[in-house]
Amino acid sequence: MGAYLVRRFGLMVLTLFGISVLIFVLLRLTPGNIADILFDAGGYVDPADKLKIEHDLGLDKSIPLQYIDWIGGLLHGDLGYSYQTEKPALEEILPRIPITARLAAIALTFSVLIGVPLGVISAVKQNTVLDYFLRVISLSGLSMPAFWLGLLILMGSVAYFGTIPIYSDQPTGFWNAILMYSVPAAAVGFRSSALMMRLTRSSMLEVLRQDYIRTARSKGASEGTINYYHALRNALLPVITVIGIEAAFLLGGLIVTETVFNIPGVARFLVEAIRWRDYPMVQNLVMFIAIVVVTINFAIDMLYAAVDPRIKYGA
Amino acid sequence: MSTLDFNAELAAAGANVRGRWGAVRFFIRRFPLGAIGGVIMAVFVLAAIFAPFLTVYDPLSTNAAASLARPSAAHWLGCDFMGRDVYSRIVYGARISLAVSVGSMLLGSSIGVTLGLLSGYLLGWFDLIVQRFLEMMQSLPLLVMAIIMAAALGPSLHNTIIAIAIPLVPYVARVIRANTLSLREQPFVEAAKAIGMSERRIALRHVLPNTLAPLIVLATAQLGSTILTESSLSFLGLGVPEPHPSWGRMLSESAAEYVRTAPWLVIFPGLAISFVVFGTNLLGDALRDLLDPRQRS
Repeated sequence: MGAYLVRRFGLMVLTLFGISVLIFVLLRLTPGNIADILFDAGGYVDPADKLKIEHDLGLDKSIPLQYIDWIGGLLHGDLGYSYQTEKPALEEILPRIPITARLAAIALTFSVLIGVPLGVISAVKQNTVLDYFLRVISLSGLSMPAFWLGLLILMGSVAYFGTIPIYSDQPTGFWNAILMYSVPAAAVGFRSSALMMRLTRSSMLEVLRQDYIRTARSKGASEGTINYYHALRNALLPVITVIGIEAAFLLGGLIVTETVFNIPGVARFLVEAIRWRDYPMVQNLVMFIAIVVVTINFAIDMLYAAVDPRIKYGA
Repeated sequence: MSTLDFNAELAAAGANVRGRWGAVRFFIRRFPLGAIGGVIMAVFVLAAIFAPFLTVYDPLSTNAAASLARPSAAHWLGCDFMGRDVYSRIVYGARISLAVSVGSMLLGSSIGVTLGLLSGYLLGWFDLIVQRFLEMMQSLPLLVMAIIMAAALGPSLHNTIIAIAIPLVPYVARVIRANTLSLREQPFVEAAKAIGMSERRIALRHVLPNTLAPLIVLATAQLGSTILTESSLSFLGLGVPEPHPSWGRMLSESAAEYVRTAPWLVIFPGLAISFVVFGTNLLGDALRDLLDPRQRS
């Protein structure tokens, strides 16, 4: 197990290094840079001013040197500063992380609480009207863009309540705080819940075909005991993996949801930073997302081994 | 060795039919939801191809007098803030979605199949390096990768296709590699080697055709994902630029300002996206059930 952990950690570092190089090179391919934007926005006319801006921002150095500067700073906890706001990058990113984390946590909770039970029901009632109905619902969830669902929620909110849920740093009251996060979380969590439903159903059906289920049934166990005691525990194992993967990939959905609901989270900030060619912010945000994804995947692998005694890493 | 033998696959799925129309009738009976998905996809493709014949208005022409016009006999789905007919823009938008989804699937699959086949067949250091690179690419959510690629390449139809194709490569490559690993151990491959066939010929003539089934299932399943990704990119302003009538861009333009005053600008483009992706998901599920032997009871 120790050797596996060391190997796995090494792979994680290698993956993060590769992502850092990939994102760094890709951003340098972007047509134009922050100096072009600042130059045009500042009303400058002398090209020498643009060269000065590039020198001040370190953009006149060679790309390998710029990369070394960035990675060196990252390893020392210095994330540079935002070209757009001229504030330290850490000061811009840190306050936004809890906002996105809360949204992601509520969205994931929503998807698990809705998706898993409905998947179990769909599997137990296979090929009934209820099963077909739930399968259509789950496919609809996978088909609807998260940002469109968010817009529909806004429309419904305007039509029935005369207002839209507006994000606030200081929500008035507990229920306003819950509503503020729940509505966008539901918009992004609906797709995840559809995925959970489908996977839980598929996993339950796989387990219900196993010999030990047939044995339990022949011993006279009730359908409830078979479904919820024997089958569900084993069916949840692959679902745990998907929960972890979804936790990491919710960030993709949060990008558009935070944009629709105007929530100042990390995901929306990434898009704004890209539009501004704010290299330090984009690089740091992408690395943050990569670290979160890689860490969650590792944690899920360890959890999987802990839950399923058949899995032994490094054996 | 046989390539993807549809008659054999249909027989294995329980069909007892002859001819192409018999196969279609079997598919409709056995997989009614898949047939519905196929019809939806057919409507989508035909709308894209015959857009000029299905619309009266130019999707790009503006008309200040018709700004924010409600749905009516003259404008079936209303007009946007520039007086452009929404129905025409949705029908022509199908061309954009079709071009981007098919283009990115073809490009991503070509690269993915090549990498997966080589990786699974050659193994060794090449496989190790390729797999680490693909894992690295898959460490980021698909939309995040697409956003970064789109930003790096710049907004255009071609760049949007590339931006969506590249993140698809790891998904295709992994499936093809897994299939190749099992196929290379098959007796027919050993027999081909025994008679002196070159490795390249074996890989292209025998191994590659037998990876078609999972590729078809994956491609159909990912088609919906590419349409969603394109609409998300366009919604964020990073995808297909003006004047192309992209569904995602239509939603972006109407997002905050017209939710209350012109809800048709939000409802219809979103319905178009959802409808088409729903169709691809239905069809993809049916094809998976048909072609995946583990799904057959």
